[in-house]
Amino acid sequence: MIPLFQTGNAVRVRKGSPPGHIRTPFYVRGCKGVIERVAGEYRNPEELAFGRFDTPVVPLYRVRFQQQEVWPDYQGSPQDSLDVEIFEFWLEPANPEKT
Amino acid sequence: MERDLTSRSHHDMGGLEAGHIKPVEHNYELWEKNVDALLVLLTSMSPKLMSVDQLRKGIESLPPDAYEKMSYYERWIFSITQALQYNGVLTTKELSRKLEEVQSRYETEKV
Repeated sequence: MIPLFQTGNAVRVRKGSPPGHIRTPFYVRGCKGVIERVAGEYRNPEELAFGRFDTPVVPLYRVRFQQQEVWPDYQGSPQDSLDVEIFEFWLEPANPEKT
Repeated sequence: MERDLTSRSHHDMGGLEAGHIKPVEHNYELWEKNVDALLVLLTSMSPKLMSVDQLRKGIESLPPDAYEKMSYYERWIFSITQALQYNGVLTTKELSRKLEEVQSRYETEKV
């Protein structure tokens, strides 16, 4: 499967809490970040969780967020960042100019 | 009635106030080590009998109250049992009979 995003692309994490097993932490949903690297491709944990062990692999990314983007009341340095590994279907392109 | 479709699942508590955390080692009971070993075996057999993702899903499905009261490996064994029943590795009947057997052995040995 060809990855939709490349290192440096601006992305936004989809919002939502469907029932099921979700590997995308609640606190980054809706946040904007940048693809730090394409982290390979793996079977979808959301399907594996229901015992479907042979579904196709999907791209996984390491996404870098600014701590201030994730935690609005963050007290640390504005340079501080946070990396989270997120599957492609949780990401959508973001305009880097807009916040 | 308005429903919050973006609400957080109980287990997904990253970023919440956690209070003071004591960085100490845990001493594990033998049964806890057994549960850990059991999961390793179940998920690494070919074909595997359950997935780590099923383990997580089962733990996450616990009501908040039970999630808080159960210990780490109690949550694991609850979820492993459910996954094995769901995947058809164990039947409820087999499990029930075995539990009775273990219970009566325990009662006998206690005396």
